[in-house]
Amino acid sequence: MARVVAVTGNEAVAEAMRQVNPDVCAAYPITPATDIMQRFTGFVSNGKVKTEMVLVESEHSAMSACVGASAAGGRVATATSSQGLALMWEELFIASGTRLPIIMTLVNRALSAPLNIHGDHSDGMGARDCGWIQLWSENAQEAYDNMIQSFRIAEHMDIRMPAMVCLDGFIISHSIERMEYLDDAVVKNFIGEFKQLNPLLDIEHPVSYGPLILTDLYMEYRRAHAEVMSKVSQVVLDVAQDFEKISGRKYGLFETYRLDDAEIGLVILNSAAGTSKDAVDVFRDKGIKAGLLKPRLYRPFPYEEIGEALKHLKAVCVLDRADAFGASYGPLFMDIASGIYPYKDRPLLINKIYGLGGRDYMPEHAELVLAELAEVAKTGRVKTFKEYIGVRE
Amino acid sequence: MAEMVEIRWHGRGGQGTVTAAKVFADACLSGGRHVQAFPEYGPERSGAPLRAYNRVSSKELRMHCPVLRPGIVAVVDATLLDSINVMEGAPDDAVIVVNSAKDPKEIREKLKAKPTQKVFTIDATRIALECIGRPLPNSPMVGVLAKVSGLISLDQILEDVKKSFGKKFSQKIIDGNLEAARKGYGEVREG
Repeated sequence: MARVVAVTGNEAVAEAMRQVNPDVCAAYPITPATDIMQRFTGFVSNGKVKTEMVLVESEHSAMSACVGASAAGGRVATATSSQGLALMWEELFIASGTRLPIIMTLVNRALSAPLNIHGDHSDGMGARDCGWIQLWSENAQEAYDNMIQSFRIAEHMDIRMPAMVCLDGFIISHSIERMEYLDDAVVKNFIGEFKQLNPLLDIEHPVSYGPLILTDLYMEYRRAHAEVMSKVSQVVLDVAQDFEKISGRKYGLFETYRLDDAEIGLVILNSAAGTSKDAVDVFRDKGIKAGLLKPRLYRPFPYEEIGEALKHLKAVCVLDRADAFGASYGPLFMDIASGIYPYKDRPLLINKIYGLGGRDYMPEHAELVLAELAEVAKTGRVKTFKEYIGVRE
Repeated sequence: MAEMVEIRWHGRGGQGTVTAAKVFADACLSGGRHVQAFPEYGPERSGAPLRAYNRVSSKELRMHCPVLRPGIVAVVDATLLDSINVMEGAPDDAVIVVNSAKDPKEIREKLKAKPTQKVFTIDATRIALECIGRPLPNSPMVGVLAKVSGLISLDQILEDVKKSFGKKFSQKIIDGNLEAARKGYGEVREG
């Protein structure tokens, strides 16, 4: 029987990790992810899991230890945020390039300077092209569900790639919400036994990790990585289908909300999507055909499927909780624009930057954007392609 | 109950206000309800003013933003009445609970509450001192919230205080908190 609980996002992630019972975790504390590992180390100390917990001196070391443990043949997980992810940067590429299915929770937080501990997607966006799979989560339930599914996705024998599960710092990580836990046995059965692939500790079959590959083969190696990424979508869908059987909860590559017959739409990640859905309802009640698309699998980005889902709209606003300085538009906008680019008839696209450093995103913000979209759809004219909202002038 | 009840808590760091919001949310889970409890995170200094929020709804709670129009305002520290406007955004039918030994009518005047708004007081700090031996007014406040919100019974809230405090504290502290919640529920005054 599923257990109904009122817990924080971090508590939910820690519970998923307890149920998964990884072989090795290496971590270094950083707000707002600290709480996950604080709870998890409690499980380790109290014998609730058999995990070898490695407390290291930095995030660079945390990811290095994860890389080592994963190459050795273990099921490995960690968690971080913001500067912690930034410090792991070098090792992120080692993990993905070495095809190690490490699972990392990323509690999204703004990057310094200036110092800010609150929810912001700059950290995850900075790491979007490092070869990891990224799953983004609206609330505690999705963070928990994504965590459990991520092990199956990353460890799939056709994939073997590290995966990040993203959730909003504080807004989700430190807020209590009602959600449902699966039974321990159900989770254990769902993720299955960890399958090793060329483990370093198999001394009967010695292997090398991290060799030098120069101009002769590096490009082929990179192309192979890209090809693996192209298979991830199908695995995500297959795993989601199995997950629905044990949970009753449906997941796809992205979520659409009242989008099928919509004329205007919002594209938005994580917790702000929930707030936006309420605003969509307000507009629907007024007779305006509004809808929403919330990406879930952000890397690899399902360009074709998302383009297909949005192409019939008249006007779309992509809301970014991060800016890509000097790149004209926010990172999510650029991906969405690429998704709809192949279509001759495509929606007009605008971009809003919101919620940086944890700035509140209120229903009123979503409603203002929807009102602007309705105007854009009516007139076919865009006044401003990109602007910051909820900001002092 | 209304489809959704939104509560805003005002307290000072170290008074257990965030814990109170958590305990209250947990207790409201029964009956298939959806709940949220979240503080506003600032510098987190002991004694600094803080806010925490609850939402309780019969429908799924999708919004993730602060409460701007609280149906219930719970003021855990009455000294805050002189420094911040606790009535901000409170609708005409709002319920305001203040931890104070003063007469609820006096507090009503201070708050400049509208006749349609209900004002309650509870001497939660005295109750806490009597029951727990420390000025931690959160347990009596949780008892009061159970009463004025009508969302949950006294038994449900006591069960949850037991569950929440049971993990960390001795039997003596748990019993003290249970008694404090019970007294909060029983002694609240309307004015």
